[in-house]
Amino acid sequence: MSIIHIDGREFTANPQDNLLQVCLSHGFDLPYFCWHPALGSVGACRQCAVRQYANPEDKTGRIVMACMTPATDNTRISIIDPEATGFRANVIEWLMTNHPHDCPVCEEGGECHLQDMTVMTGHTYRRYRFTKRTHRNQYLGPFIKHEMNRCIACYRCVRFYRDYAGGADLDVQASHNNVYFGRDADGVLENPFSGNLVEVCPTGVFTDKTLSAAYNRKWDMRSVPSVCVHCGVGCNTSVSERGGAVRRILNRFNGAVNGYFLCDRGRFGYGFANNPNRERAPAIRPRGGAARKATKAETLAELAKLPGADGTIIGIGSPRASLEANFALRTLVGAEAFYAGVSAPESRCLAIVVAGLQSGNVKTPTLREMEAADAVLVLGEDISNTAPRIALALRQAVRGRSIEIADRLKIAHWQDAAVRTAAPDAHSPLFVVSPAATGLDDIAAATCRAAPDDIARLGAAIRHAIDHTEPAVEGLSEALQALATRIAEALAAAKRPLIVSGCGLGSEAVLHAACAIAEALSNPERVPGLVLAVPECNSLGLALMQSGSIEGAIGAVTSGGAATVIVLENDLYRRAERQAVDALFKAATTIIALDHVPTETMAKADIALPAANFAESDGTLVNGEGRAQRSFQGVFPNDDVQASWMWLRDIAAAQGREFAWQSLDDVVRSLAAAIPAFAKIAQATPPGSFRIAGSRIRTQPHRYSGRTAVDANRTVHEPRAAIAEESPFSNTMEGYYGPMPASLIPFFWAPGWNSGQSLNKFQDEVGGALRGGDPGVRLLEPDGTHAHPTEATPPAAFERSFGRWLVIPRDRLFGSEELSAMAPAIAERIEPPSLSLNPEDARSLNLRSGDAIQAGFGAKLVQLTLTVAPELPSGVATMSAGLPKQDWLALPGWATLSRAEPVP
Amino acid sequence: MSIVDTDSDLTAEQRDAITAMAGHYDHKRGACIEALKYVQSHYRFVSDRHLAEVATLLDMSCADLDGVATYYNLIFRRPVGEHVIFLCDSVSCWIMGRDAVNQRIRARLGIEPGETTPDGAYTLLPIVCLGHCDHAPAMLLDETLHGDLDAARIDTILGIQSER
Amino acid sequence: METPLTANISPDREPLDITGYERAGGYRAVRKVLGGMTPADVIDVVTRSKLRGRGGAGFPTGIKWSLVPKDVAVTGPHYLVVNADEMEPGTFKDRLLLEGDPHQLIEAAIVAAYAIQAATAYIFLRGEYYPAERRLRQAIGEAAARGYLGANILGSGYDLEIHVHTSGGRYICGEETALLTALEGRRAVPRAKPPFPQSSGLWGRPTVVNNVETLCNIPHIVNNGAEWFADLGLGDEGGTKIYGASGRVKRPGAWELPMGTPLSELIENHAGGMRDGYALRGVLPGGLSTSFITPENIAVKMDYASVEKIGSRLGTGTVIVLDDRTCPVGMLRNAEHFFAQESCGWCTPCRDGLPWVERLLAGIEAGEGETEDLDILEQHVGLLGPGRTFCAHAPGAMAPLASGLKYFRADFERHIHDKRCPWA
Ligand SMILES: Cc1cc2nc3c(=O)[nH]c(=O)nc-3n(C[C@H](O)[C@H](O)[C@H](O)COP(=O)(O)O)c2cc1C
Ligand code: SF4
Ligand code: FES
Repeated sequence: MSIIHIDGREFTANPQDNLLQVCLSHGFDLPYFCWHPALGSVGACRQCAVRQYANPEDKTGRIVMACMTPATDNTRISIIDPEATGFRANVIEWLMTNHPHDCPVCEEGGECHLQDMTVMTGHTYRRYRFTKRTHRNQYLGPFIKHEMNRCIACYRCVRFYRDYAGGADLDVQASHNNVYFGRDADGVLENPFSGNLVEVCPTGVFTDKTLSAAYNRKWDMRSVPSVCVHCGVGCNTSVSERGGAVRRILNRFNGAVNGYFLCDRGRFGYGFANNPNRERAPAIRPRGGAARKATKAETLAELAKLPGADGTIIGIGSPRASLEANFALRTLVGAEAFYAGVSAPESRCLAIVVAGLQSGNVKTPTLREMEAADAVLVLGEDISNTAPRIALALRQAVRGRSIEIADRLKIAHWQDAAVRTAAPDAHSPLFVVSPAATGLDDIAAATCRAAPDDIARLGAAIRHAIDHTEPAVEGLSEALQALATRIAEALAAAKRPLIVSGCGLGSEAVLHAACAIAEALSNPERVPGLVLAVPECNSLGLALMQSGSIEGAIGAVTSGGAATVIVLENDLYRRAERQAVDALFKAATTIIALDHVPTETMAKADIALPAANFAESDGTLVNGEGRAQRSFQGVFPNDDVQASWMWLRDIAAAQGREFAWQSLDDVVRSLAAAIPAFAKIAQATPPGSFRIAGSRIRTQPHRYSGRTAVDANRTVHEPRAAIAEESPFSNTMEGYYGPMPASLIPFFWAPGWNSGQSLNKFQDEVGGALRGGDPGVRLLEPDGTHAHPTEATPPAAFERSFGRWLVIPRDRLFGSEELSAMAPAIAERIEPPSLSLNPEDARSLNLRSGDAIQAGFGAKLVQLTLTVAPELPSGVATMSAGLPKQDWLALPGWATLSRAEPVP
Repeated sequence: MSIVDTDSDLTAEQRDAITAMAGHYDHKRGACIEALKYVQSHYRFVSDRHLAEVATLLDMSCADLDGVATYYNLIFRRPVGEHVIFLCDSVSCWIMGRDAVNQRIRARLGIEPGETTPDGAYTLLPIVCLGHCDHAPAMLLDETLHGDLDAARIDTILGIQSER
Repeated sequence: METPLTANISPDREPLDITGYERAGGYRAVRKVLGGMTPADVIDVVTRSKLRGRGGAGFPTGIKWSLVPKDVAVTGPHYLVVNADEMEPGTFKDRLLLEGDPHQLIEAAIVAAYAIQAATAYIFLRGEYYPAERRLRQAIGEAAARGYLGANILGSGYDLEIHVHTSGGRYICGEETALLTALEGRRAVPRAKPPFPQSSGLWGRPTVVNNVETLCNIPHIVNNGAEWFADLGLGDEGGTKIYGASGRVKRPGAWELPMGTPLSELIENHAGGMRDGYALRGVLPGGLSTSFITPENIAVKMDYASVEKIGSRLGTGTVIVLDDRTCPVGMLRNAEHFFAQESCGWCTPCRDGLPWVERLLAGIEAGEGETEDLDILEQHVGLLGPGRTFCAHAPGAMAPLASGLKYFRADFERHIHDKRCPWA
């Protein structure tokens, strides 16, 4: 700790920090642009000037940039010094010489860091009377709008995009006051984290095109804390609403999970929630007849006739529905009759994940902890596509070695440019073992391409190389043996080794191997990190309920055991073979489906109930780390749409059953009592009864305008504000906004800080955790009682089969996840389904990239476009998985391949 | 007038030369400025296509390399004439009458600074101090430095007889 | 009067080939150093000579070298970079040395590289210096053929490669950290110091950047000793200096003279005085980024300390003469145009402040200035000063402006009052 004197008062500081961090952490309003807590300092904008004095006697001092000055003990500075204050105003004046002053038509207006800093410095009067420079803008794809004239050249965009996220297609061009931040030519921004430019840019150069489509000011939207539903990482988001529609997603800082950044799937995937084709009223479809809309009362009367939990009714849950919805269904049909709604192979993989997270001396790290790993093995998982935000964390982990070198040169970690130039090629080791190329290959010390079983074998060899008491792997080539040794040595030499794997390949053997390596690495001094990516936002939560698979559910019906099926937020056609699902529909007498998106299952159900989506309901999700996190309702439908758990409660009530839940908290309480894994679940967030000084937290800013007119197209009377059930939020501009529990921060806003950068005011220290601790509660920690889910013998080596290929699923950032694929902006980025082969295999089929290819899985024929991928092992094909309109297939699986007539 | 084809691939020889330059540096990108200038020496300017080729040879992205290319004064991303006149516009030359020299060149060639003559023969560009201040005003015509310029010298250099 | 740096340079600047250079005593310093001096010995003699950098900042060369870590095994390869990017307006001294005696620089680079134990040296050469490039490449080839470069030089076990890197052309490349960034194939944006290049320079390795003229002194110091060098100067500062003069003097040119030669002697004797009909109004003593010296200080000794004492800097030592028939406002407009244009675009005050300054000056020159403009200009002088901008480019730009506003204020006011340029 060091003592810093700021304008004559004493403050404590971490000597490793810079003065800007320290000033902001202590609540001072010191303006800045180029500094960013996650990107460090580069001293470009010169906005954070303060006066520094050498000692108590020094009355002259000198102007320094706070962001470039270390917080060493006894530092004396003045923020209010007139010359420093004046200089800061002048910096704004310079920035404004070219700025177009187009705030009224700028989408950043009202939440613009440049506006905030301008007001903060007191610059008001324009003296520059000459012409401004102008730029042309570029087309950057469906996510981001470009307006270069607003640029103040803080260099944050390229520092985030290129340096932090590894993007190659955005850079700075030209020089002097003509610098230009863009691509070399118009085109879609390729990096999967491009959306963060919207928040990283302190002004309106990069704005959210999806918000732009139906634009509202920050102050005219209701915002609530939410959790991303588009993968298993569980990034925290802030969802904004107006007029009954979700208008945008912003990052909601969680120091343990997503930090400052989201992936593009998470930011732009919300469009599914506004789908105009979705059912908003119950539909009843007489067998063989057409569906008709029904009233809620009528429908419930119909549903009252359903059997109780007597074994003739089953429930199929969903990994994309909340814990509460799944638990409500489980309660309604009985635990035995509740099925998880994922395939058997996926269930088995998830069971290994659950065991892996609980066993031995291994830890599932938070993302922040992943960033500190000093050696990483990615085994079999295409993490950039299955859990993108983790890939971004691993990119930071690889910088560890260069930071060590910087330490040796006494360069502070926040000296970003200096750290990067001091060790341009020093990377901490990261190894990628996968069937196909991945988004992390560019930073990998070595990559290895292999079939899933061979990946597991290499994993076993690595384990053996770490711990010779474990069995050796026979028949490994010399090169692979050498690689295993190299990886083992790097992991064993590390202080914080990290093993990353997951369910992406659908290979239990790979998951076993990953757990086994982690186990081998663990010793009394070292707790290795183990990350096992799960497919969906609540895969892990559902897995913790330990229910049967979808095959089990189908069997229960087709065998004649059950006749009524309730399907919760699940399109069965995405989860099992078409034939089998058709058989289920045929065998069941009644199928009730609840969902918030139009799916084939909803279309075919006998009764379809309009469920609420993530933005229309409160609910808890468990991410791959085992962290339970709550998202809250921000959209209040004025029709029959309601949360699935409410529908299920209403059915129970119509049936005259016992469980009388009033609120989500009641469901949560029952869940905690019923299943031990969820005992701590209530700690995820304060209960619905939570109040601060008697008030709920408001979700609309005080400046919210047009409240009386927002529904004028429907009614000329001011409608009553929607009343949430028991909730800590008021849903209106009435209520409390101030210090609050981290999980309940609806949006970031502070006096003088209208932009999201007001986040500084909510953290215990800038860049650190949110005040009161980062949101969520971890449900699973290794307790030493569970054994590792490992298998003694690795699988046999992969053998290619002539005339057939092992087809491996390949997840795509855009398209493979069901909900985001329905968002228009994401849909624009989905590439057509394709199958990849290595060049030799393609040649053997007399096919070239771009040709139509047919894959035969038994009787099932699939048409795709061929892409040639030089890195693929021979005998192996990868196939894009889970794209819209793609039938479910048991992958990995063997298929014959042949030329197909071009897909029309 | 010569024909320069910037829409074809670099020759194998040119690619080898660039690869050889890369060998002089710890990291390939160290050679990028010289590689761009080398391409330019053959094609007068760096076309998008050649930029992409150099980027690939040096393991850089196009956006990255274009950021470098557009930063430097001596790298042209747009076509220039067969001959480039760099007329010094720095202080000593200004004191010694570079504006009048500039005037003469403009009148002779019928172009403004930054422009190329319609026949593609000359491009006129300003440049910073050429280190020839003791012979100001100075200019660089392709690779040759000319000093002590005045209207008459310009006429001689441009091979045009004075009308008067 | 000794002129060690230019002794081999003929009026037409046709350089000696390696045989001629050796015959004139060349490569003796390399033989001496590799034949028995340790790197520490070399650094010691250079330190004792009190040689100060001729690139403009005047930092003691021996001390700069001594800051390089000694253990190559720990730090990885070291680099020597020769700053031959001469682009300071009004400066033409390094071109003389580069074109006139390339072997002298090669020899100097070998000795310096040995002193800091560099295995590679780069000559960062201005892209427009085509003859210099050709001559350097030729000289390097000759030196390598004679075994002065390459592996195991003269059987000493010391290896050195020298590469010529020709710049893409931007003034800021002359700033030593921007130069390193440029050498790495990037946009030449300066770097923060610390870390200094001596510990983390090219590709993060220990690196010394020295000016051409600085280095050319080295072989002579090694051959003749520190005391000899110190005695060359007229005052406290040792060595000779290549001075120059441009503007409306009778005989513009460059001359090697003892360090500390008075400015008056430079202008009156060597440059032949003002041209007929012109009177002296001011002098920028060492390139465009130095402050004006007025006629009353014309006797100042041209060494670092003396010039600083009268509020300017020695800079490059090549003086730019302002006469009484040239508009000082126009001259400053020209200067600030240069600085605005050559800003790298990294930091706000320089990137956006200098174009404003340029436009204000252009406005005043064109008779469209307002009284308030002078205040804004005065303010910029302070606002773009040292510490406020990221590197020394913008403070350099303010040096002529600050002094110009001080000494030629009446000219500014007259432009504004008369709404026209009195010289136009
Ligand atoms: C804007 C700027 C431009 C510079 N240009 C040059 C230059 O062209 N040549 C040079 O030798 N030094 C130049 N310098 C000085 C260098 O930064 C550095 O001090 C010098 O190369 C060190 O060499 P020395 O110690 O031998 O003088 C410049 C400095 C600045 C701030
Ligand atoms: S002062 Fe700033 S903008 Fe100017 S050259 Fe230096 S770093 Fe670049
Ligand atoms: S000012 Fe033009 S050559 Fe120097």
